[in-house]
Amino acid sequence: MNELCQLAIHQAHELLKQKKISSVELTKSTLERIAAVESNIHACISVNEDIALKKAREADSCIASGDITPLTGIPALIKDVICTQGIRTTCGSKMLEKFIPPYDATVIKRLKAQRMIMLGKANMDEFAMGSSTENSAFFPTHNPWDLSRVPGGSSGGSAAAVAADEAIYTLGSDTGGSIRQPAGFCNMVGFKPTYGRVSRFGLVAFASSLDQIGPITKDVTDCALVMNTIAGYDPSDSTSVSYPVPDYTQQLIPHLNGLRIGIPREYLVEGMQSEVRTALDIAIKRLEELGAEIDWEVSLPSTKYALAVYYILAPSEASANLARYNGVKYGFSEQNASAATEAAEKTRQFGFGPEVKRRIMLGTYALSAGYYDAYYLKAQKVRTLIKQEFDQVFKKYDVLVTPTSPTVAFKIGEKSEDPIQMYLSDVCTLPINIAGLPAISIPAGFDNNLPVGMQIIGKPFDEETVLRVAFAYEQATDWHKRKPSL
Amino acid sequence: MKLSHEQVKHIARLAQLGLNEAEIEQLSSQLSDILENFEILKQIDTCNVPPATHSIRLQNIFRKDSATKSYPQSEILANAPKQEANCFRVQTILE
Repeated sequence: MNELCQLAIHQAHELLKQKKISSVELTKSTLERIAAVESNIHACISVNEDIALKKAREADSCIASGDITPLTGIPALIKDVICTQGIRTTCGSKMLEKFIPPYDATVIKRLKAQRMIMLGKANMDEFAMGSSTENSAFFPTHNPWDLSRVPGGSSGGSAAAVAADEAIYTLGSDTGGSIRQPAGFCNMVGFKPTYGRVSRFGLVAFASSLDQIGPITKDVTDCALVMNTIAGYDPSDSTSVSYPVPDYTQQLIPHLNGLRIGIPREYLVEGMQSEVRTALDIAIKRLEELGAEIDWEVSLPSTKYALAVYYILAPSEASANLARYNGVKYGFSEQNASAATEAAEKTRQFGFGPEVKRRIMLGTYALSAGYYDAYYLKAQKVRTLIKQEFDQVFKKYDVLVTPTSPTVAFKIGEKSEDPIQMYLSDVCTLPINIAGLPAISIPAGFDNNLPVGMQIIGKPFDEETVLRVAFAYEQATDWHKRKPSL
Repeated sequence: MKLSHEQVKHIARLAQLGLNEAEIEQLSSQLSDILENFEILKQIDTCNVPPATHSIRLQNIFRKDSATKSYPQSEILANAPKQEANCFRVQTILE
């Protein structure tokens, strides 16, 4: 195997800067890798070889003239929920199978300004609804660590692609764990920034009060580098905030002296696989050795309500957001109907898959007359309580540490017929979206060659401390260096 | 909370979502199971708790009312399933 595609961003950048490699060579290496492994992994919905190589040649001429930033000439894959001008953006759905956005998402504009090489678009659960990438309308993605298992979801294509060295890094989106859970299942670093930190403009909306875009990378340094480019205020997203963006690489120091870490006990019970617990215990011990003060007695009692709150709020928002897909302005359209209402109903019947329909129905029910107060309003109130509990706890601790998922990657087909079991695989990640906090998943061990992820949760807009803890742990361990044999 | 077939059909109408009989049958049982899991929220007293629409406290975001360039009609219509005379074409709305 050509080794260039195995590089991290910061390693490739050094070689590009010293002119030891070219962006064309690096890009070709990832394209060759895609050609070699895609028939097993199925991480990509589309690959645009010609565009990628053209952009790589342009990047090389910039680099030749000394114009280089940390992301210049580095090949990436983008989750297919993020709009890319002139390039098909399907959302993993038959509904948008032929949709070509007329504009770039803000994150894409920012990455293009740094001369990113976009290799193509990554597979995902339809409209980002799912935890296994089995809900893609096109094909399921396979976990590079065990091809009979799921890569997690909904950003399963993005996580599997980096794990299999098909891209140097990828972007995902996270509404209830969709970056962190697949990163954990694939031994990658996956970061969900604070709600409002990264512009959602051009991210196809699922649940607008929960969605955030974030990077999936091979290490924490790479994560910080991508964050440096994508974070920041955007007037096109009225929920993005204007706080200054620090240089996220500045706090990457190899010790945790003076940091207080809380372990919320509600995240360590019910249905948790014992091997995950063991791996987490060892990882937390390591955090202690690195200088952190650990408190095992932290409690967030409202955690038990988070699953219900999430599965009321997210489908409610989704049912409103997805009302736009009626076959008129774009997307799939069923023309065999006598009137507009029938056309819309048929368009949605044949354009959406089962999980999307289930969530639209659930959300519509929760918002309908007579049930709004009992479900939607109630969930919003409990959301306040969940958020307040985190606020209280963060007065005492710098970060909280939990497992990313209660289990390692499960088998393809194991949970696809049981929505509730599938929903439970996000039980450790979705409270974080409800509270809007930043959280990362990093490699923290293995159970029989299957990766275990550790989640580090931070205070709102304190991405730096989350990255600091992640970096110190990464420097003290070798988990992130392990590669799946393909 | 058990959802009847009639209720499922009613919600589907509100959502403009066509469903076949098998889907109605399946959704009736699946949605009922999911709703049962929501019962846990009844345990928690939220009488004096304000609802949160977002996780960050942002209110009334204003911007200058200034004209910006919009997209050419052709680009916006390019994804239209059906178009006519520079408009989206839809099926009959009123008989």
